[in-house]
Amino acid sequence: MSTTAIAVAEHENYLNKEYGIKSWLLTTDHKRIALLYLMSITFFFFIGGFFALLIRLELLTPAGDLVQADTYNKLFTMHGMVMVFFFLIPVVPATLGNFLVPMMIGAKDLAFPRINLLSWYLYMIGGVLIMHCMLTGGVDTGWTFYTPYSTAFTNTKIIEAGLAAFVAGFSSIFTGLNFIVTVHRMRAPGMTWSRLPLFIWSQYATSIIMILGTPVIAITIVLVAAERLFHLGIFDPKLGGDPLLFQHLFWFYSHPAVYIMILPSMGIISEIIPCFSRKRIFGYKFVALSSIGIAVLGFLVWAHHMFVAGMSVYAALVFSFLSFLVAIPSAIKIFNWTATMYKGSISYQTPMLYAFGFLGLFTIGGLTGLFLASLGIDVHVTDTYFVVAHFHYIMVGGVLMGYLGGMHFWWPKISGRMYPEGWGRLAALIVFIGFNLTFFPQFILGYLGMPRRYWDYSHMPEFQILNVLSTAGSTILGVGYLLPMVYFLWSMRYGKLAPDNPWNAAGLEWKTSSPPTTYNFDETPVVDFEAYDYEHIPDREVPGES
Amino acid sequence: MFNNFPLWPERASTMAGNVDALFIFLLVLSGLMCVLIYVLILYFAARYRKRPGHVAEQIEGSTPLELTWSIIPMGIFLVIFFWGAVIFFQERTPPRGATEVYVVAKQWMWKLQHEDGQREINELHVPVGRDIKMIMTSQDVIHSFYVPAFRIKQDVLPGRYTTAWFRATQPGTYHLFCAEYCGTQHSGMIGQVVVMEPAQYEAWLGGTTSGAPLAVTGQRLFAELGCSTCHRSDTQGRGPDLQGVFGKVVLLEDGRTVTADENYIRESILTPGAKVVSGYKPIMPTFQGMVSDEQLNALVAYIKSLSQSQVPTKSAAATSPQPQIQQVQ
Repeated sequence: MSTTAIAVAEHENYLNKEYGIKSWLLTTDHKRIALLYLMSITFFFFIGGFFALLIRLELLTPAGDLVQADTYNKLFTMHGMVMVFFFLIPVVPATLGNFLVPMMIGAKDLAFPRINLLSWYLYMIGGVLIMHCMLTGGVDTGWTFYTPYSTAFTNTKIIEAGLAAFVAGFSSIFTGLNFIVTVHRMRAPGMTWSRLPLFIWSQYATSIIMILGTPVIAITIVLVAAERLFHLGIFDPKLGGDPLLFQHLFWFYSHPAVYIMILPSMGIISEIIPCFSRKRIFGYKFVALSSIGIAVLGFLVWAHHMFVAGMSVYAALVFSFLSFLVAIPSAIKIFNWTATMYKGSISYQTPMLYAFGFLGLFTIGGLTGLFLASLGIDVHVTDTYFVVAHFHYIMVGGVLMGYLGGMHFWWPKISGRMYPEGWGRLAALIVFIGFNLTFFPQFILGYLGMPRRYWDYSHMPEFQILNVLSTAGSTILGVGYLLPMVYFLWSMRYGKLAPDNPWNAAGLEWKTSSPPTTYNFDETPVVDFEAYDYEHIPDREVPGES
Repeated sequence: MFNNFPLWPERASTMAGNVDALFIFLLVLSGLMCVLIYVLILYFAARYRKRPGHVAEQIEGSTPLELTWSIIPMGIFLVIFFWGAVIFFQERTPPRGATEVYVVAKQWMWKLQHEDGQREINELHVPVGRDIKMIMTSQDVIHSFYVPAFRIKQDVLPGRYTTAWFRATQPGTYHLFCAEYCGTQHSGMIGQVVVMEPAQYEAWLGGTTSGAPLAVTGQRLFAELGCSTCHRSDTQGRGPDLQGVFGKVVLLEDGRTVTADENYIRESILTPGAKVVSGYKPIMPTFQGMVSDEQLNALVAYIKSLSQSQVPTKSAAATSPQPQIQQVQ
């Protein structure tokens, strides 16, 4: 056992400073708010995951035999809505971001602690609305809400679901605003922009997208409601509207939203790989600026979701070209992470295994994105399972691998306890295997031509074997996701006490106690070192070695 | 168990091979890319694993290297972009002289009208080796016409026409799917495209009870609806003469120009005031709600036929019965 793991017996920290439900619900401590978010987001993850399992079970056989068609349509709609608006978008910024942004730059809290709490309440109001919507009938349009189906044909609860996304959107805007102001105004002395951890750069880029993009989806939701309630002709051609206008507005937000999801996870990977390679990151500036590049270019590619929608061929040409362009900054990141490992001193604790998983899955997700950006191929594979597989490789393979890696990496800091390393590695392996078994067959299904959102494929029995593989994988994946929740909870009581810096990592968050005190630092730290300054950190044994 | 387990879709149109070629190119390319990344990661992880006496070597980065791995992928991406764009232009440019099929989509079926008057539901019979152009619209929500074996897909929108084309190369029966989610029975909105040898196709045509050719139906409607009272070939017509108009560029009252394609004709029937031809007054009443999508298709087919030499002559069009629609002055 390492000598540094001296039990830091019950020093006063943000967890034990106050007790009682009020001390949590009225807290303005960014770390407690992060935990509030963590609990609510985990709840929604398992709701969305439960829907996913039901979808996979229905598709086990070609006939529509487990649930009714309408129920199936509501399942994939609610799966998408819950996962996108209540899990993927807030997951990293609201939990790890909330916890770490002030600590990593040497600040006591975010710039607007009360707005931070407000953003959680808005998220919860949105969450209650979406739960109420689900329990009283749900929505069947797909999370994309395409008009005129959503405004003139379905009789499900569009307005309520829209309102839920609208309210949750403001929570996201407030988080973005808070991060931007905090990063600009509250950096510790010496923490220059070129010394910022890359996690901060990625949160900063994400925040830009949140505050510029989210208002557009809010407006779009209002327009849908206006057409549905007052029959204003906006999107429905029967009323003189244009259904493609809806798709432009929807994707203008919803494509950049993908980068809201993936950028924070990329930031996590940029923290984990240098730490477990004992090396400064390769090409710091390029990794940092590529985040900003993705945020900017990400706003210019939305119509690549609409190549067969009836858009002009010349518009399609422009959007196809720009979509290839946005792939460059992502490629730069992959190459730099790989190069960081070159001549490192690499160990394979759970966070690093997730980082490997991220690299493996995100590479496949990114490369299949090139297929979809290419006009000639997109015509055949869009709206098929190829697209489903592609975006799950990015949004589940990428985002979740990064998130889980980050949760394991910072869990000692968050909880003051170590998670069980052996279980951690096992779960990472199960997730990786389960994920590939679930989603890889869907690429083949897609190229074969199986359309998305099909409840019944009795006339296409040739699709069954691949669907069976996918369903089998999803049960393995489910186990992989349950395991960490179980042992994280277990470790809060039975885990070994965590030292302040278990991984011997660089970064200000490791220079405070585990768990940190309410104001993070006893005195404001002064930064006189570069980010990932592993050169000047003497090597020692860390948990999970040997 | 494995005899019904395809890993590659059937290839039954002239376009399918082109799409597959680019797809295979991309598969190989991204396969290599994946292998490169994976091998590097695994090699580094093993070669530079943490062990006593081994110290990491700090490397700041390398701008030449960054430029290399930005510019080389960009070059490769450009190749994929151009290749994909070329295929896309082929897919979106129906050849001249293609046989036209009108498609009306609705929750949850495909209705098809052939030029010669045959009508089908959820089935499309076509001969091998002939260019088929589909002119499609929806009665309700957005649908998408998708035939995987042909590698074609096109969304079908309410309120306007979209087009797609193909030339089948292999006789057989192929899936027709709706690929844009359209409500409860979305997965039931399927059908088949039956590709036949020309001789069989002729037999099929002969064996189907068909109405009049589409353009003739349209001509009858043109008279019944009273269109022919204003759209006359003499100079006294209050509306523009439609002879030879299809496919031409038309000068509008406000100075803009528009190509008289299917969408313009459709719009001019349903929303006549939107784009008035130069020299005419906006006096035409709307026919919104008075003609079905199938009837619109017939009218469009008729007006098109006025630009071809063969089908109905203008004298036939001029012999109209009493107009049934009151003119709005």
